[in-house]
Amino acid sequence: MLHIKCPYCGMRSQNEFSYGGDASVKRPELNKEISDQEWDSFVYNRKSLRGKHLELWQHLSGCRQWIKVERDTATHEIFNTYKADEEIS
Amino acid sequence: MQKYSIFNLVKNAFSNHENWDLAWKDPTPKEEYDVVIIGGGGHGLATAYYLAKEHNITKVAIIEKGWIGGGNVGRNTTIIRSNYMHDENALFSEFGMDLWRKMSQDLNYNVMFSPRGIINLAHSDAQMNAYARRGNSMRLNGIDAVLLNREQVKEIIPMADFSENVRFPIFGGLMQPSAGTARHDAVAWGYARQADSMGVDIIQNCEVTGFDVTAGKINGIRTSRGNIKTKKVGLCVAGSTNMLAEKLNMTLPIETHLLQACVSEPVKPILDRVVTFGAGHFYISQSDKGEMVMGGDLDGYNSYAQRGNLPTLQHVLTEGIAMMPFLSKLKMLRTWGGIMDMSMDGSPIIDKTHIDGLYLNCGWCYGGFKATPASGWTFAHTIAQDKVHELNAGFSLNRFSTGHLIDEKGLGTKTWIS
Repeated sequence: MLHIKCPYCGMRSQNEFSYGGDASVKRPELNKEISDQEWDSFVYNRKSLRGKHLELWQHLSGCRQWIKVERDTATHEIFNTYKADEEIS
Repeated sequence: MQKYSIFNLVKNAFSNHENWDLAWKDPTPKEEYDVVIIGGGGHGLATAYYLAKEHNITKVAIIEKGWIGGGNVGRNTTIIRSNYMHDENALFSEFGMDLWRKMSQDLNYNVMFSPRGIINLAHSDAQMNAYARRGNSMRLNGIDAVLLNREQVKEIIPMADFSENVRFPIFGGLMQPSAGTARHDAVAWGYARQADSMGVDIIQNCEVTGFDVTAGKINGIRTSRGNIKTKKVGLCVAGSTNMLAEKLNMTLPIETHLLQACVSEPVKPILDRVVTFGAGHFYISQSDKGEMVMGGDLDGYNSYAQRGNLPTLQHVLTEGIAMMPFLSKLKMLRTWGGIMDMSMDGSPIIDKTHIDGLYLNCGWCYGGFKATPASGWTFAHTIAQDKVHELNAGFSLNRFSTGHLIDEKGLGTKTWIS
């Protein structure tokens, strides 16, 4: 079982969280002209690589906050967790 | 090639079965091939077989990183069906059903195809209506479908929980009588043996490390066992699709997720159908050895681990016990996982790409095994003719930008949500 450190509540079991997918995907900015291809990429196309993956989780059965988790998709090792709006250097 | 028959079985018995030919060779890669198939799973092996059989293209190599039959073709729950509502999926799968029926004869290899029927259980009036609609769509496409009421289901699977006070009472179900199961390893071995006998090189323990693309055209691939020249490359690598796509600078509408399956200890025959739970995601059948073969939801987060996590297994088996309470008495024998190429609408992609000579076969989600023959057949056609067949015309890569999605389950882009 994964153990995820919620930045608000501390270390909790995976059962309390739900997954939200790739966190590196950015919605195209509002009021900006974008091509169909850019929109297509935002909605559908994913890198989904083996190794380090930045992803969204929600602490659904806890504080209900969305968080970012940096996890290895092959070993399931969790390197770090961040608040959803936290800038990652 | 030595034919497998009762006469050869008797003949070889006199020499203690020590003189059978190898089922397939272990060749070293040649310098050049007409077609290179990457991925020696069911789909890759079937593609090579149909390239040789239907299109007379025999200068073909299958490049497999591990060993053939070690990936999803040996990790699935062996279910074969065509109970789809949308035309693209229905016609493609039903074409495959025909290939399944003839497969043992065609390959001279007993794949133990067992058309025992599949029942999708319904647990509400609304679900019965939805099943009636799907059943009607299936029948319009020439697929057998029978809508069963509660009493009819009870007659077929009396071991399910038919008490009145359960959370998800059984209202009825949709049955496809011609669906069933097959011995999955035999499918891989049968295709491999026939492809090999027609001249296809099956190259195992060989990892693809890169592609030679110049001016938008494929010229060859680089592997851990040397460079190979070729004008046509077919990708059949399921959960590893994104890793190879990265080497081609392509980003695809695919995410790689983990799906688990498990078997119980073997017990005497009790279940002679494939049954799925309609209020969640759980499916079950009984193998010839007596094990209850079970599966359900994805683990729910991107994964290349090929091994599962317990919370999902517990969740899936809770559904199983809700449906068939006797399962709680069984001991678990084995659990395992495989990595799925989850497409963004739940339907596969068999298509050409923007790179000349590069062909794509991926996005099989939960349903790769049953598609093996039809996928191989249509992919071979697409590669040989350099154009899609009408059976896989709908499984195009550009449907995501044109809006022609085939969203069988209505899940939207997050097909991994359970």
